[in-house]
Amino acid sequence: MKNKGLFDVISPIMIGPSSSHTAGAIRLGLMARCIYNNKIDSVEFTLYNSFAQTGKGHGTDKGLLAGIMGYHVDDIRTKNIYSIADVKYKFNFKEDLSRHPNSVDIKINDEMQISGESIGAGEIRITSINGFSVNLAGQYHTILLMYKDKPGMISMASKIIQDNNINIASLHCDRNEKGGTASMYFALDVNPSEEIVEEIKKIDDVYFVTKIRKLD
Amino acid sequence: MNILTFDELVDACKKQEKHIYELIQEIEAADADTSVDVIRENVKLHIETMKTAIVTGMKSSEKAISQWCGDDCIKLQKRYSSNKALLGKLFEKIITYSLATIEENLRMGKIVACPTAGSCGIVPSVIIAVAEEQNIDEDTQINALITAGAIGAIISNKVQLAGAVAGCQAECGVAAAMCAGALTQMLGGDISQILNAVALAMKNLLGLTCDPVCGLVEVPCVKRNPILAIHAVTSSELALAGIESKIPLDEVIDAVRQTGQLMSPMLKESSLAGLATTKTALELKEKILG
Repeated sequence: MKNKGLFDVISPIMIGPSSSHTAGAIRLGLMARCIYNNKIDSVEFTLYNSFAQTGKGHGTDKGLLAGIMGYHVDDIRTKNIYSIADVKYKFNFKEDLSRHPNSVDIKINDEMQISGESIGAGEIRITSINGFSVNLAGQYHTILLMYKDKPGMISMASKIIQDNNINIASLHCDRNEKGGTASMYFALDVNPSEEIVEEIKKIDDVYFVTKIRKLD
Repeated sequence: MNILTFDELVDACKKQEKHIYELIQEIEAADADTSVDVIRENVKLHIETMKTAIVTGMKSSEKAISQWCGDDCIKLQKRYSSNKALLGKLFEKIITYSLATIEENLRMGKIVACPTAGSCGIVPSVIIAVAEEQNIDEDTQINALITAGAIGAIISNKVQLAGAVAGCQAECGVAAAMCAGALTQMLGGDISQILNAVALAMKNLLGLTCDPVCGLVEVPCVKRNPILAIHAVTSSELALAGIESKIPLDEVIDAVRQTGQLMSPMLKESSLAGLATTKTALELKEKILG
């Protein structure tokens, strides 16, 4: 694990009032926006537990929406986000004690469901995408793909990354059933180019590819 | 940062004959593959953001989303417009700036988490008020904030800086400790005085609970900021006189960690006990959260 540095302690520059409930919420929205990587027309948020109970008082709802719209943690427009929102939005509030205290499900355009948690001090993790479990904290540049589960997919995707001389920090895979839909994501030391993403898209039976920038 | 304890920090500073801030800015520059100037420029940006939060916060009486906090800084300034602060202008500025910053936080204004959002008023109020009152230049303020960051980073190697993990001692408590060290640096204290100031501030906040009413960063967080800013100044004044903490700083931090582990989860940001479940708090909760 990385030791803490100066700017882990004196930071972030953020809008208040809470690093977990405000800055964390914005970063969850931003991550979801990066993962979806397409025009967002409508979004439905389901907030759980502490997010649901104290979220309003902390601007968690505004933060999530601001993140979805691409605003960063220090953007003061977040406070008045409802008056400038250019997407349709809906909020649900639920209790589910099997979930982390600060959890949210984000459904974008009725197409993609992304779940995440705010784990303290502004740090977050995305825990699932369309039902596939992931663990994305925004600490690395990441390439994420969904594809048909069959032999050779990992090797084909990783070869493209290797051919571009990019070091892979970690690799995770998951699938719903043998021969069904699978997910894979690479954590990378540098931000990959769009060309790499386009090349991976050309692999047969890859349904979806996106790259997720490291969070600032 | 590869320095994990205060003993290691002292050893490295003595061996290289460097101030804490000199050592740390070089390590940070090396870690980020950049120059010391870039690191200092970034620290300067953080100080400027802190100053803006104070100026903006002092002018506003806008309430928090909950509608029950946000106008205390205005009340304080009103008092000082016709009464002198008992302990003088510097004291007045510290508590005013601290309240201004933490109130700016609760109304969704822009602040610097230092180390957290709920403790953001402590370090900036002291650095900026003392700099103004004693004509201390910007470079010295940057040195002080780097010192504060180094202290927080080393503490966070042993104690996660989150109320949910170790109570408020790990948030406002650590902010006061960082602040005491930063002030001692700014006033020309040596490394031993700096670390004693940190130890004295930290030692006297052991066991501070995190029991916010309705789970919001409002009660008691807001008023805790000015109160602990003054606590930091007291610690620094004692240390600058050569008064030492009998328990060395690394051992104090071990005690913070142990205390945090022994504290009931009900007193660690869950709002299940303490102030959060008093009769009045529960009535407010009913009213605000429904």
